[in-house]
Amino acid sequence: MSRHIVATVDEIAPGSSKLVTVKGREIAVFNVKGEFFALFNRCPHEGAPLCKGQVVSLVESDEPGTYRMSRQGELLRCPWHGWEFDIRTGQSYCDPANTWVRKFAVAVEPGERLAKGPYVAETFPVSVEQDYLVIEM
Amino acid sequence: MRLPLAGGIDCDVHIAPPSMRALLPHLDAYWREQMVNRGLDRVDFTLASARPRLPIAARPDSRGNGGELDTLRARLLDPLQLRTAICHALHGAIALHTEDMAAALCRAVNDWVAAEWLDREPRLRGSILLPLQNVELAVAEIERRAADQRFVQVLALAMVDQPLGRRHYWPVWAAAERHGLPLAIHAGSLFRHAPSATGWPSFHVEDHVLQAQAFDAQLASLIAEGAFQKFAALKVVLLESGLTWLPTFIWRMNKIWRGLRAEVPWVKQPPGDIIRDRVRVTLQPVDAPDDPQVLARTLDHIGAERMLLFSSDWPHWHDDRPDPIPDGVPDALARRMLLDNPAETYPRLSLPAARATEAAR
Amino acid sequence: MSTNTLERSAVAAKPKLSLVDCDIHPNLKSEAELFPFMERRWVEHAQQFGPNNHQGLAYTLQHPRFQPAVSRADAWPPGGGPPGSDLDFLRSHHLDAHGIAHGLLMLLRPTGCDERNLDFAAALCAAANDWQRECWVKPEPRLHGGIMIPQEDPAAAVKEIERCARTGGFAQVNFPPRALEPPGRRRYWSIYEAAVHHGFPVGLHVGGVPGHPTTGAGMPTYYLQEHHSNMPGMQAVVSSFVFEGVFERLPELRIVLIEGGFAWSPALCWRMDRAWRLMRAEVPQVPRPPSEYVRDHVYYTTQPIEEPDDPAHLGEIIDWIGHERIMFSTDYPHWDFDDPRYAFRTKLTEAQRAAIFGGNARALYRLP
Ligand code: FES
Repeated sequence: MSRHIVATVDEIAPGSSKLVTVKGREIAVFNVKGEFFALFNRCPHEGAPLCKGQVVSLVESDEPGTYRMSRQGELLRCPWHGWEFDIRTGQSYCDPANTWVRKFAVAVEPGERLAKGPYVAETFPVSVEQDYLVIEM
Repeated sequence: MRLPLAGGIDCDVHIAPPSMRALLPHLDAYWREQMVNRGLDRVDFTLASARPRLPIAARPDSRGNGGELDTLRARLLDPLQLRTAICHALHGAIALHTEDMAAALCRAVNDWVAAEWLDREPRLRGSILLPLQNVELAVAEIERRAADQRFVQVLALAMVDQPLGRRHYWPVWAAAERHGLPLAIHAGSLFRHAPSATGWPSFHVEDHVLQAQAFDAQLASLIAEGAFQKFAALKVVLLESGLTWLPTFIWRMNKIWRGLRAEVPWVKQPPGDIIRDRVRVTLQPVDAPDDPQVLARTLDHIGAERMLLFSSDWPHWHDDRPDPIPDGVPDALARRMLLDNPAETYPRLSLPAARATEAAR
Repeated sequence: MSTNTLERSAVAAKPKLSLVDCDIHPNLKSEAELFPFMERRWVEHAQQFGPNNHQGLAYTLQHPRFQPAVSRADAWPPGGGPPGSDLDFLRSHHLDAHGIAHGLLMLLRPTGCDERNLDFAAALCAAANDWQRECWVKPEPRLHGGIMIPQEDPAAAVKEIERCARTGGFAQVNFPPRALEPPGRRRYWSIYEAAVHHGFPVGLHVGGVPGHPTTGAGMPTYYLQEHHSNMPGMQAVVSSFVFEGVFERLPELRIVLIEGGFAWSPALCWRMDRAWRLMRAEVPQVPRPPSEYVRDHVYYTTQPIEEPDDPAHLGEIIDWIGHERIMFSTDYPHWDFDDPRYAFRTKLTEAQRAAIFGGNARALYRLP
């Protein structure tokens, strides 16, 4: 296990994502209202790159013809066949028990602390003024 | 013809629609005079899709000497030792564009069924023919007839003006649900539009084959519109739909639902689960090959234990095999489709015949 | 069933198959891309009058789709233009990435097949064919065109087939499953005769807006239903060809059903055979059981593939149909795309795999 600095906190605005590569694996890092989540960039269905998916709300209904929106920006719609995944857990909305995207822990750490190392960040000059996103893998 | 057990329930028995003359006593004064003055009492209102001349319309032994009811007793009810047979008369009234006339004729047909069949044969149960041309009139007919517990379902054709799941029809399904009446959809078309996605086919045999796709579209409609959510107690019975098309229907609907769920968020379960829970399918005509192994595999693909209802489809003749339950149907399933499944589908069947008759008075 | 299996194979993502993709959609950047291939008279017609079709909306379908441009979100060319409109990007993103040796082009619109003005329809089809040849097939020999025809004017359609056979670059004749009449009807026979004469299969890709509902039960409400209705629609195509006696008449005719899946075919055959046994006197032009014609004449592309909970069920269906009639397709760049590496969850034998992912299409389309 090593710690990988994958982005600065400012780089990923709320509602958006960044594709990073850690140990040869593509990982999509999402900012959901200031919280960060990292998902393996492959849909469990047929392998679509999830970073290209739309971030959407949860749509539910109490009765045909009515639409109830909640959890704005917390679901990810696969860019191919549209399966919905909970960004927080990686679970498929329709089949949470059997279908999920692998999730990685991501932490926000101040540059001051990181500068002491050890860490891996080929593309990041780490400065003490910034906060960084760190994936341990 | 043999069945594995006595006391079974046959869920699809046709009675020939009455002539207009036979209906006259059941019409009110206005419509009786109209029918006679316009010469309509001599007009044949047979539905085009009933195709009475086709070889499949009547099995060779269905034409007896002693009147239809006696034939039905002698050739079907007695030899199959049936406890109950659910019958219906598909009258051409449902094809008319004139709504009031359609409703008057449907009332007359339903009353004629009660007087000429249900009163005379306690093993029979009826289906309420609906004038779906007009939703209010269809609801009124359910309300009028529902007190008679011998009517156990409402009846619609597979191809009418609009797909049956549409909200337009919901007051009708609400009334059916309220009275514990499943919605039975019978093969056939009013030909309000082409009966297939490709347009108007040339031959009767094509129309016959294409019926399965109309049922496919009706299930898709009922699911997508949320009719099963809205009417949580409503059951849907498919009459003469065939069944081997169901696995692909389920696989494809389950798949597309996962991708398009947000379009119909009221659909909360995989469509296949809804179908297995709420839709019932009559056995005949069995659209499977002769190889019993393949039929058994297909039933397994469907997951059909609770879905199948036994039917003879009397007096239709879609099948050149003698046994009404073909090889390949496991014994346990045969038993379920003759007894348990109909009992679970039709709330009104649990009433003993005597009480049902009494309730009608 | 766990579908969370892709992770393990992620590193082995490099394609090894040398496959044939039987459904690739090229796209126009704009209608004007066709104008260089049209006479001035028709360019002006397009600009001054525009399409005259059979539905309420002029420029889009009446069941609005669920993804922008009906496409994979990752298929938009970086250089601009809609998905499928940039040959270089299609090469790198699709052909190279998946090791595709041959791709069958399927242009969806403007097709001319829904146009009510038959002369305009013919002009649109001819332009679309020249555009496919000049802009796609000539620069990229892995791609093969589909001849667009104005099927409601069969004489003009036959001429167009002959013209395209002369110019080269085409692998099949396209025919909409949803034309004004069912495809087996007599008015269209001369088209099939011309296809057979020139050695082309007839490819029927889901679609067509002929004015009648997409199901026998009426017009669906939701896109979910409309998408689903492609599958029963394909069954009506098959029963029309069979019962009109087209296959009996033209023993060399081969039809390819594109984007309608295939799992429904055995059940349709059982149903047709049973009905035929009882009613064959009506159709003396069909002396053999329908299933035999289907087996001899009908090919299926796989996408969007059926996905039973138990993948083995699909394996049984493939055995019932015969794997030599099933041909892999992706539908690139559309949203319901199938990935050749993951689309088949059911186990295939090596022979089945080779046939479905290339062998069948190579033989049918006579590809190298
Ligand atoms: S690849 Fe993501 S839903 Fe199919």
